[in-house]
Formats: sequence, structure tokens, C-alpha cells
Amino acid sequence: MIISGRVTANTGAQSGTLETRHSHGLDQFCASLEERPGLSILDLAGANQATISFLTNYGHRLFSDDFVHQLDECFGGEDFYANQANPLMSGKFLDTALGFPDGIFDGVLVWDTLQFLTGPLLQTVVNKLYRVLRPGSAMLAFFHAEERIETIPTYSYRIADHKTILLQARGRRKPAQFFNNRSLEKLFQEFESVKFFLTRDHLREVIVRR
Amino acid sequence: MWNRRKEDDFTPKPASAPPTPSVLAKEGIPMSTLPGRSASEPHVEPHRGGQAALGKSVIVKGQIFSREDLTIDGEVEGTVELQEHRLTVGPNGKVIASVKAREIVVLGTIHGNVETTDKIDIRKEAKLVGDIKTARIVIEDGAYFKGNIDIVRAEAPKPQAVPKPQPVASAPAPVAPAMAAGAGDNKR
Repeated sequence: MIISGRVTANTGAQSGTLETRHSHGLDQFCASLEERPGLSILDLAGANQATISFLTNYGHRLFSDDFVHQLDECFGGEDFYANQANPLMSGKFLDTALGFPDGIFDGVLVWDTLQFLTGPLLQTVVNKLYRVLRPGSAMLAFFHAEERIETIPTYSYRIADHKTILLQARGRRKPAQFFNNRSLEKLFQEFESVKFFLTRDHLREVIVRR
Repeated sequence: MWNRRKEDDFTPKPASAPPTPSVLAKEGIPMSTLPGRSASEPHVEPHRGGQAALGKSVIVKGQIFSREDLTIDGEVEGTVELQEHRLTVGPNGKVIASVKAREIVVLGTIHGNVETTDKIDIRKEAKLVGDIKTARIVIEDGAYFKGNIDIVRAEAPKPQAVPKPQPVASAPAPVAPAMAAGAGDNKR
């Protein structure tokens, strides 16, 4: 991870220190958007001023939701991962969090959220994301690669510019599983292409194209 | 003098002398905020700053149209329309409705689609689930929003068309439009 500085958020009362991160994955994701205004983008990081301003300034429409918040709402508690195997709960989650018609988005910002889904639900969510994307569209996802640690830091991701992300810490969380390149290729096998961006930290940036 | 009289009216009477109905009626008049006041009360203003409010214990089911700013701190279910004015959903406010206004400030909860011609301001602790169509949006950290954001850019003001010469009966001959407007201004 390339930490290039620290800035202080001043967008509200919950302002705090934000880390900045240069992201080649985001750069590539944005490159496919800038040429064509009026696209529909799904952002699963939760609504924030920086991302809204960045994407809408290009003339895009933004659908915003806090995917991790939805996960906590549906599966929250000590049995967070065990609850994900409950078909009723996971069915409700899918309806609430991803109840979109097929082929309506031109890009999806998943960030690091897929790490908190267990096997069967993870594959269902990835399949759903595949369906809501239009052919040729891109999805940006992050995966922590350090396998030896128990919990990983989680962030609220905000776009500062086409290659800079602001990260606001949201505490630590135990991931459902760790991914290597091979397991990610298998996870996204339905997609047209999977591209990895190597970083010096333990975060793997992945662009998948439908 | 008027103020002194008012103060006298609101001074609590001793319990030993219960007020007669006529006294009650007299005391009731200055308390009223209804528009039908008598001409003898010129100092009581009808409303302050053109703002209406629904308190936190108020529940409304139906349609609300307002021609003044409105603050909702209670519950509203239906539709809310304030085309040229500002809607504030207070911290206790819960609006399950489609909302249209010039400007919306959310401190409470809105479930429904929202449309503003100017700005929406979603404060921390606020919750909005629905689609937003607006010219500008401000969202504070800590606010929860789920939905679509469609920024409607205000159209750039078109360059003013050259005003057409007004047909004036006494005008002797047609002149260039700009000159005609200038001549009209200079006449005074």
C-alpha cells in the first residue's frame, strides 16, 4: 500500500483522519468511465460526499449503498458467518442489497466487501453482480492478501480523484477467507477478464470486466 | 402602553377570584394565532418568517402542499410538495413519502423518492432510502443513504435575445432594436 499522506476530513461531525492511497485499479476503472458521460455506477462503500462529487461531476448517475452495513443488518451478531448459510437470511439479504434488474450498471465499485461473504453466498453475490453489469463494464474489488493475520482493517472508501482513494478506518473485521490470484480467477470465471494490480502492501486490486 | 396592557392581561390572577367567562374570553383573545383577529391587535404578527412546522407528536397521512417553508418533526405518510420552498425533516421526523421541494434538509428519516430544484442536505444521523434527483447534494459523514443519485444540471442561462422593438403607434419609423431600447430608457 502506498500511503502518500494524511488529510483531515471536514465533511461532517464524524470527521476523522483519512489515509490517501494511490490506486492503479481505480485509475483503470475510471478510464473506462470518463469517455462516456451518463453512465450508471453502483458504489457499495456507502454514500459519501467525495465519491458523489467525483462521479456526478463526470455526468454519471450513482447508486449508492453501504454493503457492509447491509451485511451487518442481515447477519449481524456473533454468528455473522454462520448466519450467511441460512437461506432465509441470505435470501432477504440478496433482495435488500442487490435487488436490481439485470444489466443496468456500467460499473460497480465493490471495494473490499466481498471478503466478508462465505462460500455459497459469495458466489451468489458475484453471479448477481455479473448480471447487473452491462457487457463490457468493469468492477473494482479489493482483497487483502495477508493470510497470517486474524483480522483485517476495513475502510470507508472515497474517491478523491481518478487514481487517489481516501480511506477512513472502520475498525477491523475477520474475513471469511483469503484469496490468492488463482482463487480470484476461479471466483470471477464467468467474467470476460480478470486483471490484478500488484501493490507493495497486502491489498490486491482487481478489475474484472464482464 | 400596548405592551403594558398585554402584560397586565397575562398576569396570573389570584386563585381566590375565579375568572368569569367574560374575563376568560378577554384573556383568550391575545393568545389566539388564528388569522381572524380584531383590528385592535396590530402588534401581533401572523407568523414568523413564513415557516410551518409539524411537531414530533403529529402524524399526517395524505398529501401536504405548502407555499411556505415547512419543518416536519413528526410522521408523514403520503406525498409532500413544497415547490418553491424548503423542507426540513427534523431529527425526530419520519417521512414515508415522495417529496418535492426547492431545498431539503434531512436530519431524520425519509423513505421515498426525493426531488429538489436546488439542493439536498443530508446531515449526520439522517437516513434516506430512495432515489434523489437534485441539482446539488451535500451529505455528511454518518448519514445513511441508499438509492440513486441523479444530478440535474441547471441549464446555463441562455444569452438574452435581442429585444424586439415594441410596436408603438407613435413610432415614426422602424429603428434598430438596441437603439430603440436605449432610446426608450433615455426618454426619461
